[in-house]
Amino acid sequence: MPIKSYLVHPHDGKKEVLAHALAAITECEVLPAENKDVIVLVTETDTKIEEEILKEKLEAIPSIKLLAMVSGFDAPKN
Amino acid sequence: MYQSVQTNRRSFIKKMAMLSAMTAAASMFPGILFAEEQERGIPEGANLDWKKTPCRFCGVGCGVLVGTENGKAIAVKGDPKSPVNKGLCCVKGYHSILALYGKDRLTKPLVKKNGTYVETSMKEALDLVASKMQETIKDHGKDAVSIYGSGQWTIPDGYAASKLFKGCIGTNNVEANARLCMATAVTGFLTSFGIDEPMGCYEDIDHADTFVLWGNNMAEMHPVLFSRLLDQRLKRGVKIIDFATRTTRTSMAADKSILFNPQSDLAVGNAICYEIIKNGWTNDQFIEAHCNFNKGLTNMGYGLEDNYKFTDKPEKISFEDYKNFLEDYTPEKASKISGVSVKDIKYLATHFGDPNKKVMSFWCMGPNQHSRGTWMNNIIYNIHLLTGKISEPGNSPFSLTGQPSACGTVREVGTLTHKLPHGVVMNKEHREFAAKIWDVPVENISPKPTYHTVEMFRALDRGDIRFMWIQVTNPMVTMPKLKRYRDGAKKEGRFIVVSDIYPTPTTDIADVILPSAMWIEREGMYGNSERRTQYFEQMIDPPGEAMSDTWQLIEVAKRMGFEKQFHYKEETHISEIYNEYRRHHEGKKHNMAPLEVLKSQPGAMWPYVDGKSTQWRFNAKYDPACSNGKDFHFYGKKDGKAVIWQRPYEPAAEEPDAEYPYWLCTGRVVEHWHTGSMTRRIPVLHQAMPHAYVELNPGDAKRMQIRTGDMVKLTTRRGSITMPASVNERGVPAPMQVFVPFFDENMLINDITLDSFCPISKEPDYKKCAVKVEKA
Ligand code: SF4
Repeated sequence: MPIKSYLVHPHDGKKEVLAHALAAITECEVLPAENKDVIVLVTETDTKIEEEILKEKLEAIPSIKLLAMVSGFDAPKN
Repeated sequence: MYQSVQTNRRSFIKKMAMLSAMTAAASMFPGILFAEEQERGIPEGANLDWKKTPCRFCGVGCGVLVGTENGKAIAVKGDPKSPVNKGLCCVKGYHSILALYGKDRLTKPLVKKNGTYVETSMKEALDLVASKMQETIKDHGKDAVSIYGSGQWTIPDGYAASKLFKGCIGTNNVEANARLCMATAVTGFLTSFGIDEPMGCYEDIDHADTFVLWGNNMAEMHPVLFSRLLDQRLKRGVKIIDFATRTTRTSMAADKSILFNPQSDLAVGNAICYEIIKNGWTNDQFIEAHCNFNKGLTNMGYGLEDNYKFTDKPEKISFEDYKNFLEDYTPEKASKISGVSVKDIKYLATHFGDPNKKVMSFWCMGPNQHSRGTWMNNIIYNIHLLTGKISEPGNSPFSLTGQPSACGTVREVGTLTHKLPHGVVMNKEHREFAAKIWDVPVENISPKPTYHTVEMFRALDRGDIRFMWIQVTNPMVTMPKLKRYRDGAKKEGRFIVVSDIYPTPTTDIADVILPSAMWIEREGMYGNSERRTQYFEQMIDPPGEAMSDTWQLIEVAKRMGFEKQFHYKEETHISEIYNEYRRHHEGKKHNMAPLEVLKSQPGAMWPYVDGKSTQWRFNAKYDPACSNGKDFHFYGKKDGKAVIWQRPYEPAAEEPDAEYPYWLCTGRVVEHWHTGSMTRRIPVLHQAMPHAYVELNPGDAKRMQIRTGDMVKLTTRRGSITMPASVNERGVPAPMQVFVPFFDENMLINDITLDSFCPISKEPDYKKCAVKVEKA
């Protein structure tokens, strides 16, 4: 099932808040840059429904300015 | 045990995903640092074999890396080395490899016998194609056979098609679906500059201060480039102005959204020119040294009749004449036509007029699929020429392409009825030049263009064309006023061959279906919007008997007796063809990079001169082809000057009236590639956008008591269609307008669109016809 990675751009001054909000979501792994306003996000879901729910969750986070997908992998179940 | 292998594999892939994103971030934010411990533990090397290729889908031409394992493509990531996308990838690119593995891939040739398709061998199918073509030529003449290809053809596919049909058979019945999307861009370039394709490149994005998007929903159609714009806004505070007929994701992300009435962009463009001149914002030195003024014919009609013909008659005028003409386009007058406020027209003009601002214009299908599209392209160039904001980093009128090789194959190889790889069929020297390289008698190449796409399908309906070979495209979804052309193609005495990878409404009308190898199942090249040619090698085997379109053409050519011209060896035919093709473009104006260069880096931009890509053409600082001793040289025109065209506003072919009171506009969505024949087989994308819909303005919907999901009946003079409503969702049309995406073969919106076209480019206007809207 899909594993995707993104660059997430926070609204001004909201990097910390955003990193916390993302880290609180089980399917998200977060890596904020030390010195720039950008966060690397890797998501992993098991089903399409989970994927959709996650997308909605991400879209609802107010501190996100822009979500840019970088890569994706189709990790087969078998 | 099984579980643990799986877990390891998933965690490995997660790390790879993380690494890709970190690499992308590193190219976008030089000097970026991540906590060190996070980088540790990412394993080096694996079984995955990563190879570079341009993305299969859109004309942005992102570089991607495809990971294969045991003969299967299993992963995709953006190529951080690609200057196009710097490691980014959009939802289509990321899922692209899944399009290789749809359950119903065509793997065997199918021949229609007594109304049903029967499996056969590739050898027999190709024998049949060749003999049918010969028989048709014998009975009805060589102009009764035709080929209809695509901006998704690789460069060698298009080259083999052109050589076979124009050079060997001797008919100019060669067209490609780029006629439906980029023909207007070509005539725009040719009329204004005398040579095709953008002068600038994507790097302009890193230098411009203002981006004006002319009817261009970049956020959905060119998502990675749009990310680059947003990235520049984060870094440098650039301004993005969306000028459109409908509110889209692009409008929502832009700094300013300006809506205009359909077709009235002509008036607003002229009003911007008026303001520039009135306020003294012109670059007089530039105009004096580098521009001429022309006018052409007006009231050209709309090509609605069969055999419609039009040739423009350019006439020189003076700057004064042009100024007088613009008196009809004061902001006040243009505001009445366009519905755009005087203030907003002036706002647009100030961005172009400010000498301290670099401006980039982007456009794609809005000004191209436009019944006065060549004019609209000319007007955008006028604005850039009047202000001298052209051909230098950040000052760039940039015509975007939809398909991965509309530029590389259709425009550069010249797979349109009037074109040759170098020049046009009407020109004796150009014919002689092509004939020499093709090794055919020059008399073989006919000096007369035959049919452009719409007229080609009309000729099939009339019976003037009897045989058509369609490759990598789906006209039975995309032709406007589709019903006529579908019925025509099904008539007795027509023989249709379709090469594709999946069944489509176009394979439904075929007599022979040939299974094609897709993208990385073969070797090839694409050319993207910024003149970048990119090579990809064969990474995996095609399924069953599937064969590349290039090799299908070569096999048929040999069977028709053209072994001498199609002498290529199976193992090396792509490099042989590319090397032969390069000879057509030799010289400083269009030289193509050698194959070894394309193999070693993520593409190169033509003209490729002295081992270097040319980023900004016509500018003596960057372009070695400039030879007039001045700062700029528009060498496409004999006198080295670009043309500022006097082009008026004229209404669309069909405008709303009492009976059909709404405008109907059609277009695309981010999830699907054109007619969805590939992306609808990718479960994630299909699920995200399962079917077409009609977008309504919320006010109109309320008045008609229509809510999202309710069925709505759309009726035009061509027929009716019923589909679910979408209100206040992704896009919001202006009042009395509706929008329908065309990707859904189960809801063929083109059954009811109009086949009017730009008389100069012959590209249909899919954005405008009159429609009645009712709750079903
Ligand atoms: S923007 Fe276009 S070329 Fe780039 S990944 Fe998406 S579909 Fe492919």
